[in-house]
Amino acid sequence: MNTPNELKYAASHEWLSPDGTVGISDFAQDQLGDVVYVELPAVGREVKAGDTVAVVESVKTASDIYAPASGTITAVNEELAGTPELVNSGPYEGGWLFKMDVTEPGDLMDAGAYASANS
Amino acid sequence: MNQSAEPALKRTPLHAAHLRAGARMVPFGGWDMPVQYAGVKAEHDAVRNRAGVFDVSHMGEFRATGAGALAFLQSVTTNDVSKLRPGRAQYNWLPGVAGGLVDDIYIYQQAPENYLLVVNASNIGKDWAHLTAHTGDFDMTLTDESGRWALLAVQGPQAEALLQAHTDTDLGATKKNAFFAAKLFGFSVWLARTGYTGEDGFEVFTDASEAETVWDKLLAIGIAPAGLGARDTLRLEAGFPLYGHEFSDTIHPLSSTYTWVVKDKAHVGREHISAAPTQRLIGLKLDRVPVREGYPVKVGGQVVGHVTSGSSSPTLGHPIAMALVDAAHADALAFEVEVRGRDHPATRMELPFYKR
Repeated sequence: MNTPNELKYAASHEWLSPDGTVGISDFAQDQLGDVVYVELPAVGREVKAGDTVAVVESVKTASDIYAPASGTITAVNEELAGTPELVNSGPYEGGWLFKMDVTEPGDLMDAGAYASANS
Repeated sequence: MNQSAEPALKRTPLHAAHLRAGARMVPFGGWDMPVQYAGVKAEHDAVRNRAGVFDVSHMGEFRATGAGALAFLQSVTTNDVSKLRPGRAQYNWLPGVAGGLVDDIYIYQQAPENYLLVVNASNIGKDWAHLTAHTGDFDMTLTDESGRWALLAVQGPQAEALLQAHTDTDLGATKKNAFFAAKLFGFSVWLARTGYTGEDGFEVFTDASEAETVWDKLLAIGIAPAGLGARDTLRLEAGFPLYGHEFSDTIHPLSSTYTWVVKDKAHVGREHISAAPTQRLIGLKLDRVPVREGYPVKVGGQVVGHVTSGSSSPTLGHPIAMALVDAAHADALAFEVEVRGRDHPATRMELPFYKR
């Protein structure tokens, strides 16, 4: 399982980068399996850490995605509309979900703690 | 992990083999079952294009034997069991007294006065109670053989060719719904040319103690292990109802297109089967957003039913669903499905979605 050190992780498997980009972890995409649809939040929406902000659907199930921080949604990954499988192939690169202007991070783990919690 | 008070999940004879093959295990009908190995799409494609094997040992097997076995089976089912002959299999229904089905089953005739019933895993206890409550004065014996058999479903267009090199039977001479004793990899098994994927294939009844060796040999000749995830997308594309979704104790089974399963005869629950269904089971396609069981189905903003099964279709490349809708709206072409508070357009498609 790949858990880049520069990211923070939620127990619910979202990652947050220092610049406010959000995605789901390699562990989460592997558990979900083939992603076929991603529903993303409206740009400009204000969210609190823990709010349901997106949905990632695999062939079999729909999984809620929670905001890893409080703040405002500033951008969403438009590529995922046509190629949702980017979440599987590059969960930390092309498969990012949205960017936020973070006012306050939620309860997040560093890479080591997240990796050991899911090993 | 939370320690729940749930009873321990049952394991099939192939449990260790699934873990070795890298399966992700999930609870299903009281059993710890593989939902996927390599991935649902890859396994789905393997079955559509080549061959895959499913462990369906969790399904139940009952045997009815004796001079009165045929009359008993006729009295508790809707299809005509007298049409069966030794070496043939038949899809059938067990109607209940609440308007729906106790179960949908397969009956395999093994010999004169000797029938094997294969029932859904989650219904084994319910079916047994129902059947034993209706044995009456029939001169026959009903036995639960669920623990004796392992059942492996080898499915896909290359199933026949891949198995032929390892069996003494000329598989090309067997037709759909054939049921026969054979040697497979040297083991004595029963083979049935049946399945639940919309592809040709064979279901292999093996002694539970030999199942793991047979499974390993199937994988070794290039047959892909496939889990419940692919089994569900395959059967949904093929338009096959699944008990607990399209059938239940209360859903009228003639809501489905399987009207041929009901023949003109007396049987338990006949009065409910004879009543016209108020709903119909339809197929829907959506552009992009997958829809799931329970989502409301609408016409012009009014709820007319709900989704019973839904998934993205790996073969067709768009989401598909089956839905139970009021009969008055079943011929409409344009529907909406409510997904997380928003209505998405859906178009009715004839079932099955996929036919080879």
